[in-house]
Amino acid sequence: MAAAIKVSGLSHWYGEGSMRRQVLQSIDLTIEAGEVVLLTGPSGCGKTTLLTLVGALRQVQAGEVKVFGEELNGSSRSQRQQLRRRIGMIFQGHNLLRCLSSEQNVQMGSDLLPDLSYRARRDQAREWLRAVGLGDHLGKLPHDLSGGQKQRVAIARALAAHPQLLLADEPTAALDKQTGREVVELLQRLAREQSCAVLMVTHDPRILDVADRLVQMEDGRLSVSSLALQAG
Amino acid sequence: MNPLGWIAGFWRGRRIPLSWLLLTRQPVRLAVALAGISFAGILMFMQLGFRDALFDASVTVHKMFNTDLVLMSPRTKSSISMAGFPRRRLVQTLADPEVAGISPVHWNLLLWRNPQTRGTRSILTLGFEPGDPLFLDPELSEKATLLTQKGRVLFDERSRDEFGPVAKWFRQGRTVESEVAGKRLRVAGLFAVGPSFGADGNLLTSSETFLSLLPSTPAGSIELGLIRLNSGADAEKVAARLRQQLPKDVIVYTKDGFIEMEKDYWRSSTAIGFIFTLGAGMGFVVGCVIVYQILYSDVSDHLPEYATLMAMGYSLITLLGVVAREGLLLAVLGYLPAYGAGQLLYGVVQNATKLPVAMSNDRAVIVFTMILVMCMASAALAMRRLGDADPAEIF
Ligand SMILES: Nc1ncnc2c1ncn2[C@@H]1O[C@H](COP(=O)(O)OP(=O)(O)OP(=O)(O)O)[C@@H](O)[C@H]1O
Ligand SMILES: [Mg+2]
Repeated sequence: MAAAIKVSGLSHWYGEGSMRRQVLQSIDLTIEAGEVVLLTGPSGCGKTTLLTLVGALRQVQAGEVKVFGEELNGSSRSQRQQLRRRIGMIFQGHNLLRCLSSEQNVQMGSDLLPDLSYRARRDQAREWLRAVGLGDHLGKLPHDLSGGQKQRVAIARALAAHPQLLLADEPTAALDKQTGREVVELLQRLAREQSCAVLMVTHDPRILDVADRLVQMEDGRLSVSSLALQAG
Repeated sequence: MNPLGWIAGFWRGRRIPLSWLLLTRQPVRLAVALAGISFAGILMFMQLGFRDALFDASVTVHKMFNTDLVLMSPRTKSSISMAGFPRRRLVQTLADPEVAGISPVHWNLLLWRNPQTRGTRSILTLGFEPGDPLFLDPELSEKATLLTQKGRVLFDERSRDEFGPVAKWFRQGRTVESEVAGKRLRVAGLFAVGPSFGADGNLLTSSETFLSLLPSTPAGSIELGLIRLNSGADAEKVAARLRQQLPKDVIVYTKDGFIEMEKDYWRSSTAIGFIFTLGAGMGFVVGCVIVYQILYSDVSDHLPEYATLMAMGYSLITLLGVVAREGLLLAVLGYLPAYGAGQLLYGVVQNATKLPVAMSNDRAVIVFTMILVMCMASAALAMRRLGDADPAEIF
């Protein structure tokens, strides 16, 4: 089975002409299926940039990025869009659709699954909301949920599309310590149950223990420190 | 393919109705959009309704006649300036084997004195032989026999009120008398046609009475000749034949040609067509601006959400479809109240102006098409904003 992510010699630049600045410098990184990897590093070192490249949200400029064995360098727009269906994404802000209830938001995730009836997709959405402990909040709009609840809806939405890879960028940034911890543990547990690989950017030192591996980034370069906390 | 199966498949495969929810979960914005679209729709209904009604009203008298062909003077350009021609030309047409019958008609505008206020106003008056099968409506031909008595007229009950409460008095059983061209006349009955561009009211009478009102009419001169053909005859062919045979002091029209000539006169000699079409166009433009504003700000407000959907793997096409469906929903939801209000206002206008304004299927379809184009064009313009949704920017 191909590694979930295989990055080699990845470099990235922002800006044009004299403004051109390199933010990623020949990055190598492999994440196996089902592995949970945490990415930390000082602000501005290029973590989000790496995530957007791996998430097929940005065109690769130089180097190799393979997701599920598929090369992203030189990929077309529609190739990337198709690939994104297999990647779950959780953002710093929850990015829920304001006009949809929690259940409908999560169903936007399961609606991406082919060949399932509307009812089956809706039932799955409800199942996921129960799994994140929001079984009583199916009909609520994001407006009526707390920050932690919103982030849990976002997790349910990301997982509802049955991704094999989950990318999360500081999912706890907007949450207090206690809630942040709970949300990350939930995310880790559910991802493991689905044997879904996770690449999570975080600044939060208290959640590092959920990772199989810790990767540190500085100035666009990786310095790998294998913590191997619990052998997955 | 089995349509039921297709519908079942569609129903099973449907997704969250995002367009519907985007619209309905913002009720104020939706209300503004629908008010704008309905307003535009109502404006279009009214303007086009007026335009068609004015042109239709100009030919209600023309449509009354039971005739296949008509003879007129070449100097006649419209119903308000009917020139005379020799009556014997009409008689000549009887030589054609396909001609079944003829009816000469006198046609002029005369001054009617309001029996209540004594003010005068010009009224379109037709004079004919009361026994002739002149009208399509057999009831009216029946009533026309009342005119055999000299000095009797039939009064158009839908004439404008300025002619006096003639119809009301008549229905109350009163003897209604008035003066036309200085001669006393008595109303013998009522009929219903309605005012038009050229005439505010209509009067029917016998040739004899007509000539007594206009003694200066040259002997043997008429303004309109009706020609009825044998059933199954080709009106166009007979018209062509008669044009060949008759001298150039008359022209031959088919009934449709007669009607079109009148409409054309009002189309070309007045700016009415242009004004009302322009009015409808204004409604269209106003509607476009409103719908575009609404959809554009809707897309702008939800840009991060659209970007999120793209990041989740939804294609741009799908999202364009969401905006397009919003446009479609707005069109349908905005059209329905416009249609209802249009019906209502037509009733009001008809009562107030006595113009034959009514909802026609054609106009209902035209206005819906305009609203649809308006909404879809606005949606298409608003879609360009979706190009700014960059999923790379949402992390
Ligand atoms: N779209 C962009 N255009 C130009 N420069 C950018 C763009 N996005 C990021 N940068 C710059 O690239 C560098 C890396 O940015 P990136 O967002 O990847 O850092 P980060 O590690 O995620 O930082 P943080 O921890 O603050 O989120 C920063 O110096 C940033 O200013
Ligand atoms: Mg970042």
